[in-house]
Amino acid sequence: MSASVRILLPMPLRPYAGGAASVTVEAATVGEALARLAAEHEAIAPHLYDDSGRLRRFVNVYRNEEDIRHLQREATPLAEADTLSIVPSIAGGRGAERRAAQALREAPAWQTGADGLPPLGQDELLRYSRHLILPEVGLQGQRKLKAASVLLVGAGGLGSPLALYLAAAGVGRLGLVDFDVVDETNLQRQVLHGTASVGRPKLESARARLADLNPLVRVDAHETRLDCGNAFEILRPYDVIVDGTDNFPTRYLVNDACALLGKPNVYGSIYRFEGQASVFDARRGPCYRCLYPEPPPPGLVPSCAEGGVLGVLPGVIGVLQGIETLKLLLGIGESLIGRLLLFDALTMSFRQLELRKDPDCPLCGAHATVRELIDYEAFCGLEPPAGDGEDQWQIGAGELAARRARGDDLVLVDVREPHEWEIAHLPGATLIPLARLPERVSELDTRREVVLYCHTGQRSARALEFLRQAGYRKLRNLRGGIDAWSREVDPSLPRY
Amino acid sequence: MSLELEPRLARELEAHLERAYPEEGCGVLLGRDQPRGRRVERVIGFENMQDGPRGRRYRIDPEQLLGAEREARSQGLEVLGFFHSHPDHPARPSAFDLENAWPYYSYLIVSVERGRARAARSWRLAEDRSRFEPEALAVPGESGAGVGLGAGGEEG
Repeated sequence: MSASVRILLPMPLRPYAGGAASVTVEAATVGEALARLAAEHEAIAPHLYDDSGRLRRFVNVYRNEEDIRHLQREATPLAEADTLSIVPSIAGGRGAERRAAQALREAPAWQTGADGLPPLGQDELLRYSRHLILPEVGLQGQRKLKAASVLLVGAGGLGSPLALYLAAAGVGRLGLVDFDVVDETNLQRQVLHGTASVGRPKLESARARLADLNPLVRVDAHETRLDCGNAFEILRPYDVIVDGTDNFPTRYLVNDACALLGKPNVYGSIYRFEGQASVFDARRGPCYRCLYPEPPPPGLVPSCAEGGVLGVLPGVIGVLQGIETLKLLLGIGESLIGRLLLFDALTMSFRQLELRKDPDCPLCGAHATVRELIDYEAFCGLEPPAGDGEDQWQIGAGELAARRARGDDLVLVDVREPHEWEIAHLPGATLIPLARLPERVSELDTRREVVLYCHTGQRSARALEFLRQAGYRKLRNLRGGIDAWSREVDPSLPRY
Repeated sequence: MSLELEPRLARELEAHLERAYPEEGCGVLLGRDQPRGRRVERVIGFENMQDGPRGRRYRIDPEQLLGAEREARSQGLEVLGFFHSHPDHPARPSAFDLENAWPYYSYLIVSVERGRARAARSWRLAEDRSRFEPEALAVPGESGAGVGLGAGGEEG
């Protein structure tokens, strides 16, 4: 006896029945009704039956209010106007992870730290999961990173990406050396610091940012200038030293201290659109002195503050240093030891130079003469900054303003570049870029008093030295450059 | 693919899952499936009918689901999908979730950490059953939308 019954379909099955919410079929039993449904809408069959033709276990069928499993299953008879409901079985949960949970209870070697490496907790397993599935890193490698310590010298342009990525990667202990305060001009490239941190110590903002990025990393803040008196003490506890400094004295200091302590020095430097990176490890290859036995004459290589730098550039070089650091800690890949990588952002090219250990290197050669740290300021030809009043060649911004107001006869010479002049310059000044000074020196009258200025006072100091040697005597260098003028005399003059 | 949930319903659902902690909680999402996305109109929390330990598994009673379907139909709504919690575990489908998944439905997973709903994500089974695909989750007016459900986000 056939009856006309309505089969109600759950949403997932409706597309296979032309979108209908229900289908009416003639059938005597539940099994027959489902077979009719499957015959009418072939695509529905695989969702109802498994390969051997049995109803799938996650398919529940109800006759009116009752589960057919409590009746006669597929032989359950049907009466006129009965309703059949196909109800999906819904289950799930994180059950499949049970094996992992079991593993945790069994406390495998990696958890006990029997090999001297620290264990990873469940939160770390998740956080570093993309490392853990790399065979080259894996559990062992990640535990090495956790056990490792890295010192970053400088929390500026290079130090920013380094600190962020090394903390994110799970290097267990990060030391930062910096004594600077965040200022607006840092924000264009020093992504570790934010606008809210302007005026605060860099290490304070670095610590807050890193704690948010990865609270599992220990951050040591060395808020001091690295010098020959404290370098050994600060560097000694760390496995790898990363040089993110922006000046030659510190670069030689870091190099020498690393060589003397027997630690790798991951080197990077940037200027305008170009950067360099290498790894100096005097035990296995050349040191920085093998590459540059002597520093350039002071002022020849301008700092980023003087010469400018593309904001993204330290990102590229800092990240390269970060990769080299991780490779050293993990003991994988081919390190940059013995190679100098040169990057040019404008041509977008990387070049490599082979570096050889200099057998006559005074630091790491066979007959080394440098056995301890020296005075690096003097080595780099920099004299300690003169105290106020001692320097007869300097003039302060306030004093210059007063003398101009008095109507003193002064020749004001701006030795910066034309594009800097465009940003701001002092009224009445003459632009003679430093490089053009020798050919234009005749424009200046030796009898008149000449006041030189640049951005912060370094280039003008060199201009002054040049003029002094050319026989000029009535010379003044604006202390702190046009920047000091903006701060102390005329705040309407834009700073840069 | 998107799933929209009012903050009021998000709170209701979270409260249900927080009550179930440390066991997995579960329930059904009723609403409308419109061309511009799915909109949840009602949430119904179910008892976890899993036999044995319920900390890592859930099972929805088909009879309760049948009742919910009937109720939905009477109000012009559809069963859009289901929600369940992962106690102290991320809001990601497990292999076990995948094994048991149905096509079409939205599977909203809420991570409940130490008894507090933290993060939520919605997923749908890929056509070929090989994986779950994430579905945009919107809780209008809540800044935490799509990250957590946003309800009662303050600590402690």
